[in-house]
Amino acid sequence: MPDAKAVQPDLTVRQFAGGIDCPNPFWLASAPPTNTGEMIMRAFDAGWGGAVWKTIGEPVTNVSSRYSATDWNGQRMMGFNNIELISDRSVEVNLAEMAEVKRRYPRNAVIASLMVASTREAWHEIVERAEDAGADGLELNFGCPHGMSERGMGSAVGQVPEYAEMITAWVKEKARTPVLVKLTPNITDIRAVARAAKRGGADGLSAINTINSITGIDLDTFVPRPNVDGKSSHGGYCGPAVKPIALNMVQQILADGESALPLSGIGGIGSWRDAAEFFLLGCGTVQVCTAVMHYGYRIVEDMAEGLENWMRAKGFARLEDFRGLSLDRVTEWKHLNLNFKIVAHIDEQKCIGCDLCHIACWDGAHQCIHLDRVTGPVDGHVELHPMPIEKEMRSRASLAETPVTRKERAAAFAQGPYPTPLDRIPRVDETECVGCNLCSCVCPVDGCITMVRVDSGVPAETWEERTRGAACATQPQP
Amino acid sequence: MSTATIPDDPQLRERFGELKPPLTAQAAVIEANRCLNCFDAPCTAACPTHIDVPGFIKRIATDNLRGSAMRILDANILGGSCSRVCPVDVLCEGACVMQRQNHKPIQIALLQRYAMDFFHASGEVPATAAAARSVRVACIGGGPASLACAAELRRRGAQATIVERRALPGGLNTYGVAEYKLRAADSLREIEMISRMGVSFRYGVSVDSAAALEALEAEFDFIFLGVGLGAMQQLGIPGEGAAGVMNALELIAAYKTGHLRELHGTVVVVGAGNTAIDAANAARRLGASTVYLLYRRGEGDISAFDFEYEHAKQEGVQFLWRRQPVAVRPGERGHLLVDTVQVQQVGSALVPIPNSDYAIACDLVVPAIGQSPLTHLIQELRHVEVRDGRIVADPTTGRTGNPRYFAAGDCVNGGREVVDAVAGGKRAALAMLASAEAAHA
Repeated sequence: MPDAKAVQPDLTVRQFAGGIDCPNPFWLASAPPTNTGEMIMRAFDAGWGGAVWKTIGEPVTNVSSRYSATDWNGQRMMGFNNIELISDRSVEVNLAEMAEVKRRYPRNAVIASLMVASTREAWHEIVERAEDAGADGLELNFGCPHGMSERGMGSAVGQVPEYAEMITAWVKEKARTPVLVKLTPNITDIRAVARAAKRGGADGLSAINTINSITGIDLDTFVPRPNVDGKSSHGGYCGPAVKPIALNMVQQILADGESALPLSGIGGIGSWRDAAEFFLLGCGTVQVCTAVMHYGYRIVEDMAEGLENWMRAKGFARLEDFRGLSLDRVTEWKHLNLNFKIVAHIDEQKCIGCDLCHIACWDGAHQCIHLDRVTGPVDGHVELHPMPIEKEMRSRASLAETPVTRKERAAAFAQGPYPTPLDRIPRVDETECVGCNLCSCVCPVDGCITMVRVDSGVPAETWEERTRGAACATQPQP
Repeated sequence: MSTATIPDDPQLRERFGELKPPLTAQAAVIEANRCLNCFDAPCTAACPTHIDVPGFIKRIATDNLRGSAMRILDANILGGSCSRVCPVDVLCEGACVMQRQNHKPIQIALLQRYAMDFFHASGEVPATAAAARSVRVACIGGGPASLACAAELRRRGAQATIVERRALPGGLNTYGVAEYKLRAADSLREIEMISRMGVSFRYGVSVDSAAALEALEAEFDFIFLGVGLGAMQQLGIPGEGAAGVMNALELIAAYKTGHLRELHGTVVVVGAGNTAIDAANAARRLGASTVYLLYRRGEGDISAFDFEYEHAKQEGVQFLWRRQPVAVRPGERGHLLVDTVQVQQVGSALVPIPNSDYAIACDLVVPAIGQSPLTHLIQELRHVEVRDGRIVADPTTGRTGNPRYFAAGDCVNGGREVVDAVAGGKRAALAMLASAEAAHA
């Protein structure tokens, strides 16, 4: 462990995408939290390093309502969806406020998100005006998946590499500040547009924008949410649910030489832990929206503190010290070691006896976690384990009585060697365990099920290595 | 249903407000989502009726309340009253695995009540089957064992008639449970559902002679004994018959039915079981300024559940340990005097300590030292063995020595909980049907 006191983490971002400086890598994404100058100044006061202004363009009329959420297991907003369009305020007002923000907060990054009609003149004009207002950089909104795309903007551009490249090139003709292209995930391969943006001369990328979604349907009115006078429209999905998708796309972009550019990571980031993951894949900054819409600007305090404390513990002085460390840990499946073997191990002292691992293994995996510690393990040539239903039927057929006397209660709650009665602590048949991880995923107790490495005694071998000879042998004859 | 009713009494409602308020809809969903959905869940195994607890809880989480209630009723037709009266600390909630993780157990009782309240408010009645062949059963006693037995019989197409000596059905569920746990009105609402399932009720009928039993034998194929334990035991001390001595079950029945609305002064309760505590708490709530609970042994020996003991302390009941009443006699101005003595254990005997006697002046003496077996009826039964005051019956079937007689509940187990009576009554119903089927084959 490095000496925690020796490291003084510095979160400062210098010359991101060739020229953007800010006190920390936490930016507000272009969205409702960056709607006005007043809001952005409060966000900077709270500690945000930068803000991407709510997309500026020809003002729109929005509908009511605009948001809907996916709740899960009693938790609000696991996923969030919106059908709001770009700024409904005039370009003049937005840019006047931007100038004021830059005058008062010169150290924070203010990025102008832009979306205008697909003509060279329109883009040249808006770029000039935004930069004149003091924007530190530009973000081209090629990602908005609803409404604007029906008007030939947003993801309508972001889904066609040629358009994206062309408009990026127009912007670069005029721009004096770094140009970021915001990518839509609503495309088969996000690298196609990332490459186009790079060809067009972009200085950086932002990814991902929201994902096309219908969050749910009201089972009384049969109208999907959000309900706008009896009808709905697909929206853009974001929030914690989308983080895994965002991480994958970030990895795809940064692992691809023709796509890779300085990247501002977006998608389900709500804590320093999420942010650290995006940095480990190579992002230079991150952008946050949904978590702020849920809890307010104040969440940035823990994001900055938490990241600093983690960096201190790991001995990282600057973001650059760990940026991208995980990128080459993602590979194609064919390069994975087929002879790496792990098996599940259940800590009897931690097991609470929910037996979810048992039923998960039987019904969702490989039938190798058994409830036979009392009846005796079945090992041997033919293993005939009692099926889950048999165990359950036995319990249901048992006679249970309320323990009414002290003696009965003492017997009913007698403590054995482990906190859980032995017949409820599952046993892993390690010879059958394939090391799939499912049990450790369902176990509700931290550290109860661990996956332990077993020496298979065989050297590492990948699928590619194993089939190389075979592939040559079966090569069709010309 | 009975034509008798219990008047709604706002004063009673106020003084015996529910101990635990019901869950709101959102709280129920949050709590339901907290449940881990264990496989072969320990809560289900611990429940004498083996309610599929995770099954009904997860249905609450998805707002399938009808399905949730059905899941409960499949196992326990008195799921509503059980959710209120079960000592869940030593049953389902006591078995909840969350406790091994330093989490509070899932509030199974409140969730069950939530689903059952929804169901009872809907007015729906569980489905009954069409009879394959006629099986007629008389259930003697209208308490939980008979109600569960009769309902199970109706669900499977048999005919069931409950014979009850009182004016209202439910036994201790209606007359004997503290009102702040289970209101008589809620007990009756549940029985109304059972009545609408086609169970017949005969009220004010005492089956206490050979002739009465023969009449039932002539009319029915099987007779189920759900007669409970009978009257409370006597203290066996002089003066016990005085006015101002009222046993615990009489006291509870009297206030629940509106016949006793007010108490004053000092009340002495004798005994330290759950019923003694119910009576002592009731005395406090009815207005007694001082309530003493006398117990001949120590704090560590009481048979009341821990949570009941804690509750009584909060209600202001004062416990006098190792003190025994020896006589009741008239005192000044219509008061009573209870002569008491301190006792100590010598070997297995309790021996009075010399010069430890004093008299407690009080207004009411409440013996609560357990119910005595209802022997007069059982003595009439041919080939139904009684041992230690309990009917001898196979615990898995309720079968007695007489193939036409089955029994369950307190009269067999010596006095347990409502849920034990329900489980026994249900098993007896299945055994009677199996017996009828075997006879037919």
